[in-house]
Amino acid sequence: MRRALAVIAILWLGLAPALAEVQLADPRQEQRARDLSREIRCVVCQSQSVADSDADIAKDVRAIVREQIAAGRSDQEVRDYLVARYGDFVLFDPPFKASTYVLWIGPFAILLVAGIGVALFFRRRAAEPARIAELDSEERERVARLLDGRKDGA
Amino acid sequence: MRRLLYLLPIAVVAILVALFWIGLDPERDKSMLPSALVGKPAPAVDLPALAEGAPRLTLDSFKGQLVAINFFASWCLPCRAEHPVLKELTTELGIPVIGIAWKDKPEASRAFLAELGDPYAATGTDESGRTGIDFGITGIPETFLVDANGIVTYRFAGPLSPEALSDVLVPAIREAKK
Repeated sequence: MRRALAVIAILWLGLAPALAEVQLADPRQEQRARDLSREIRCVVCQSQSVADSDADIAKDVRAIVREQIAAGRSDQEVRDYLVARYGDFVLFDPPFKASTYVLWIGPFAILLVAGIGVALFFRRRAAEPARIAELDSEERERVARLLDGRKDGA
Repeated sequence: MRRLLYLLPIAVVAILVALFWIGLDPERDKSMLPSALVGKPAPAVDLPALAEGAPRLTLDSFKGQLVAINFFASWCLPCRAEHPVLKELTTELGIPVIGIAWKDKPEASRAFLAELGDPYAATGTDESGRTGIDFGITGIPETFLVDANGIVTYRFAGPLSPEALSDVLVPAIREAKK
């Protein structure tokens, strides 16, 4: 009984931040607000979205998102509102523009360069495959001699 | 051409070293994000005054001069620490400082200023924290410089120390006055 109560208490704690907030009456608007909150970074907690964070300022931003959606703003308008104040940093998906080209293209460019390097390496290896296999007569004799010697020694 | 190819891994490592060098700099403060507001007009401020009976706080009455805007609260310990520096900013450098009590009960902010002294030319209360978000603050204390044309020229996040005042804020003020 006690354990059951403890489990319920812990589950309740997990739900508390979400339940404590005033939600929008229209479930579709509420869903939009929640989806949008997931792509907005909590500016004080580095790698958490505003939807996941229990920080005070994250609560405020969630309230602002709800308020603006209730006022009929589009998702993009809400994003613009926050970017004007906190910069692109506030979005988990930074926009594709000159200052973020390295961010978006960089990994693919590195992959491409690495791929070319690997391809060159294997092509070169394929171009000179027979080198090890072919021994001249002198070498063959040496090998034979060495193998013989081992037999004797053993 | 082939020689150049051999240099490629070294170049890649050099770039990575440079990135890590910057990224792992212990002096680098992750909270010092470049403010999106710098170079833009200061957000509108229209807040109830902290002092009872005083007119509402707006930036209009400070147009035409360089001002500092400081977000503080009585519950904020670093605000207490930076308090003497704010006084210095007004008395030594002659920059009016506008105080905005962020998410604080007005009685508590008033008691805070009564205890430590009031360095502010004018003070407003932002109980909802909405004006703070308009300024893009991530916490308090934060201090902004707004030039004579109402443009935000500088943002300082965190408590102002005497060193920060002389090394960072004073040059920023000089720049803003140009």
